[in-house]
Amino acid sequence: MEYHAGDYDVIVVGAGHAGCEAALASARLGCNTLVVTLNLDSVALMACNPAIGGTGKGHLVREIDALGGEMGLAIDKTFIQIKMLNTGKGPAVHSLRAQADKKEYQAVMKKTLEEQQNLDLKQDEVTEIIVEKGRCTGIKTKNGAVYSAKAVVLTTGVYLKGKIYIGDISYEGGPYGLFAANALSGSLEKAGLKLMRFKTGTPARVHRDSLDYSVMIEQKGDKDIVPFSFMNEFENLDREQVSCWLTYTNENTHRIVKENLLRSALYGGKITGIGTRYCPSIESKIMVFPDKTTHQLFIEPEGRDTCEMYVQGMSTSLPEDVQVQFYRSIKGLERVKIMRTAYAIEYDCIDPTQLKLSLECKEIEGLFCAGQINGSSGYEEAAAQGIMAGINAARKTRGQQPVILDRSEAYIGVLIDDLVTKGTQEPYRIMTSRAEYRLILRQDNADRRLTPKGYEIGLVTEERYTKFKDKLKKIQDEIQRLKDTIVPPSKQTNAFLRERESAEIKTGISLYELLKRPEIDYESLAALDPERPALPKAIGKQVETEIKYEGYIKKQLIQVEQFKKLEDKKLDPNLNYYDIKGLRLEAQEKLAKIKPTSVGQASRITGVSPADISVIMVYLEKKRRAESK
Amino acid sequence: MVIREGDTIAAVATAPGECGIGIVRISGPEAIGIADRVFRSVSGRTLKELPGRRMNYGYIFSPDDGEKIDEVLVVAMKAPHTYTREDIVEVHCHGGNVAVRKILETVLSMGARLAQPGEFTKRAFLNGRIDLSQAEAVMDIISSKSEMGLKTAVSQLEGGLSKQLDGIKDKLLYIMSRIEASIDFPEHDIEEVTRDDLIQETRSAIHMVERLLSTSSTGKIVREGLSTAIIGKPNVGKSSLLNALLRENRAIVTEIPGTTRDVIEEYVNLRGVPLKLVDTAGIRQTDDLVESIGVEKTREYLESADLVLLMLDAGRPLSEEDRIIIDIIKGKRVIVLINKTDLEIRLEIDEIKKRFQERPVIYMSLAQGTGLDVLEDTIYKMVFSDEIRTGDAVMVTRVRHVDCLKRAKKSLSDAAAAMLNKLPVDLVSIDIKAALEALGEITGDNITEEIIDRIFHDFCIGK
Repeated sequence: MEYHAGDYDVIVVGAGHAGCEAALASARLGCNTLVVTLNLDSVALMACNPAIGGTGKGHLVREIDALGGEMGLAIDKTFIQIKMLNTGKGPAVHSLRAQADKKEYQAVMKKTLEEQQNLDLKQDEVTEIIVEKGRCTGIKTKNGAVYSAKAVVLTTGVYLKGKIYIGDISYEGGPYGLFAANALSGSLEKAGLKLMRFKTGTPARVHRDSLDYSVMIEQKGDKDIVPFSFMNEFENLDREQVSCWLTYTNENTHRIVKENLLRSALYGGKITGIGTRYCPSIESKIMVFPDKTTHQLFIEPEGRDTCEMYVQGMSTSLPEDVQVQFYRSIKGLERVKIMRTAYAIEYDCIDPTQLKLSLECKEIEGLFCAGQINGSSGYEEAAAQGIMAGINAARKTRGQQPVILDRSEAYIGVLIDDLVTKGTQEPYRIMTSRAEYRLILRQDNADRRLTPKGYEIGLVTEERYTKFKDKLKKIQDEIQRLKDTIVPPSKQTNAFLRERESAEIKTGISLYELLKRPEIDYESLAALDPERPALPKAIGKQVETEIKYEGYIKKQLIQVEQFKKLEDKKLDPNLNYYDIKGLRLEAQEKLAKIKPTSVGQASRITGVSPADISVIMVYLEKKRRAESK
Repeated sequence: MVIREGDTIAAVATAPGECGIGIVRISGPEAIGIADRVFRSVSGRTLKELPGRRMNYGYIFSPDDGEKIDEVLVVAMKAPHTYTREDIVEVHCHGGNVAVRKILETVLSMGARLAQPGEFTKRAFLNGRIDLSQAEAVMDIISSKSEMGLKTAVSQLEGGLSKQLDGIKDKLLYIMSRIEASIDFPEHDIEEVTRDDLIQETRSAIHMVERLLSTSSTGKIVREGLSTAIIGKPNVGKSSLLNALLRENRAIVTEIPGTTRDVIEEYVNLRGVPLKLVDTAGIRQTDDLVESIGVEKTREYLESADLVLLMLDAGRPLSEEDRIIIDIIKGKRVIVLINKTDLEIRLEIDEIKKRFQERPVIYMSLAQGTGLDVLEDTIYKMVFSDEIRTGDAVMVTRVRHVDCLKRAKKSLSDAAAAMLNKLPVDLVSIDIKAALEALGEITGDNITEEIIDRIFHDFCIGK
């Protein structure tokens, strides 16, 4: 029997990584928020890799943090290993990656939600969304509760009609042995949303003590710890880090997989969902790269107080008996004991081109979607969408314009624009190559790009904002000081330069000019800089980056200007493209479907060619000339 | 000027003047409908009913009084496989001014609009049938001043230039993808990008761009003509030279209204090289009037000259005036013509040879008709480098293209330098991307505001 259970401003369906950020953002902005989850023990569950960050992903975490989101703070509290990747390459692609203590991460997040003002948690299954006259006005649950809301955010992850596949065995279920949510999909389809079916997989968890570490390569964390959150400074953090272990598959492994391919749910044809290229199952890797005789694997601990280890690189949908065989064929894993079997999971998600850039559904007002339900993959991608959906849902209830980040402002902007404008055929993972303006979208300057905006929105606290302004001043002051400090051509100076294979000087030169040289770095330059103030490492790094790459940053800013010109050419979303002669039919169809809001967005739609864009621009120019008469 | 997209345009496609055939071309959604209102085929069927792409014999009638205007052949071509990707009807009628005019007027009265110059090509571009460089090529074909110019333009229309650019772009995309892969998957054992390999590839791309750029000065000449000034003191034989060149090779005469007097440019097609002879009237004038040419006048001619033909009289020693002229032309591309070699030589040949050490000196006697072919040869060799002579017709002809190529070259040089200086590989990708964008502007892949302005400008004003 149904009953009216409550009225809220915003309801968030699901408490995964997207749901947590959405709920916290909405509540912190002062909206009365409810978050409903199938299982309160799986709040912020890391169902797959026990890690946060990586190439591209680390950038997202920094951006979420800069806006006032939670992920960065949570991982800083709970990481057991942390590393900066790509240090051998430029600063634009330095990426931070941390292994988490899974259980601790969940506990920390859950507590944060529980203690958040304006936020209620409830364990229940949402079975229906209530849509009246094209507007979403609430939800219904399995326990019979009916809640009304001004805006609803769906962050259902991989639970919608979830189905587990292990070889020829399959059953209904969510990830990690949890229940699936079977009712909501029907309600979404009824409301007019187009669903897709995707698949993703996870590897086995094995017992720590059943591995032979002597034949694997140890991988330690960084000595100098850089935190994720801009609120933290870890110069003297006393936290012991755990090690990870590197090993490889071999021809034996590959043989076992190939012999049993027909029993793989993926290759045996049992799964209909489209899989992912960026996190492929071991069988896909072996079949797609037949010439590779070995593939890398990393063994990663899942926490300090557990013996479960995660085998990165070995997700599979082969049957359990085959899994045991081929896992045991790997060096170091000869006696491995599997605690949780690897599996593939298939689930419903929506075609994200049905969303506006604000993540609100084009056809259902007040309904927002974020996370894997949009066809993305990864906790960070989910959290990034979650915080934006939460902000925009809150703003919707107040009649405010949504916040849209564009591709030159943040990776979050790249992510959402890609999903909404291009759609996706497989679970979408963020990568640095997706961003056109990497040098500007660095992970170290996320606060400069986004904290002022977060402050305007109301999510960034006074404390954070003051800290940020202070940091900014320190950076600018230090750059100026380096410009003003001249070093004379003394013996000492030239000896220093010679040591670094750098050209000696005959006249005075500023420290700023010296720092521009590729062979000189900020830290060692201290030898020529006795007046240097004591500054936190992060500031030194920022100063160094800004000075060294000034020329290239300028080049990129010019490219951004060009980009912005097309982004600023607005298109009426209700423009009838079938009226514009000269557009090809395919382009007209795509444009009518996506309803881009700018010429820039239109140019990114697949199926719209440069010639079509010229036609649109000529049309707009012609209109402008006619109107100005 | 109002552009109404989606309407039907018409224009006379053939050049004015008396000739056998005239063509009126109609393009747009109403093309066939309009044609059917004025055309009656002898078979009695309408163009709508008749199969497309066939010449249909019949008559054009005046819709007012039913009078026959002309006997014609009409072909209808249905979209999208046409020049403009719209329906096209061509009416082939008798040439000459009157018939064609009348038919055009009739068509216009039925609802077609007079096409702007270049509008058919504009539609072909906007409808995606040709890219921007091909569209420009069409313009060039129409305005080509020599066979060489035509050949180059046709090659560009066929995508010759686009193909060369694609080769360069492919290389750059390869470099980009190697860089991106190494950045996105640092943990996986993807082959580490070797700096050396990338530097090689970048250098190779720079070579390809330079090759194209090296054709540009020739390309410009081929397209616009080699601006040539003929100077020398009065009576040295300038008009005779002019006449000799023109008698064989006259191409076009253009009148250009000027401030003090009208200037005439005459084109001479010298074995495929269009020579643009500057101010031929002025040249004739000074010879006739036996007046000093004046230092100022000389400087005027020389301002925009790509080539200077300096004529000297073999029968007289160097005069003061000669010496002044020789001084002025320092630094210019010069061919020295020593005329009147049929007379007793009194000219200080040795001094001439010394003054013009590197420049060609040709002996001629216009009175006897010798030396002209040597001049032709010399000019041809001057303009065409070895490669181009062997028939490679891909040349870069437009300043706009040269600009884009120069920008691409600069970005690629920056990229190579950055790699040599061991700068991080993702900075290099910024330069490679800039190069790709510059190249994309040539074919119109990369749409910028500037390109749109150009479309409004080039296609709508003149040819």
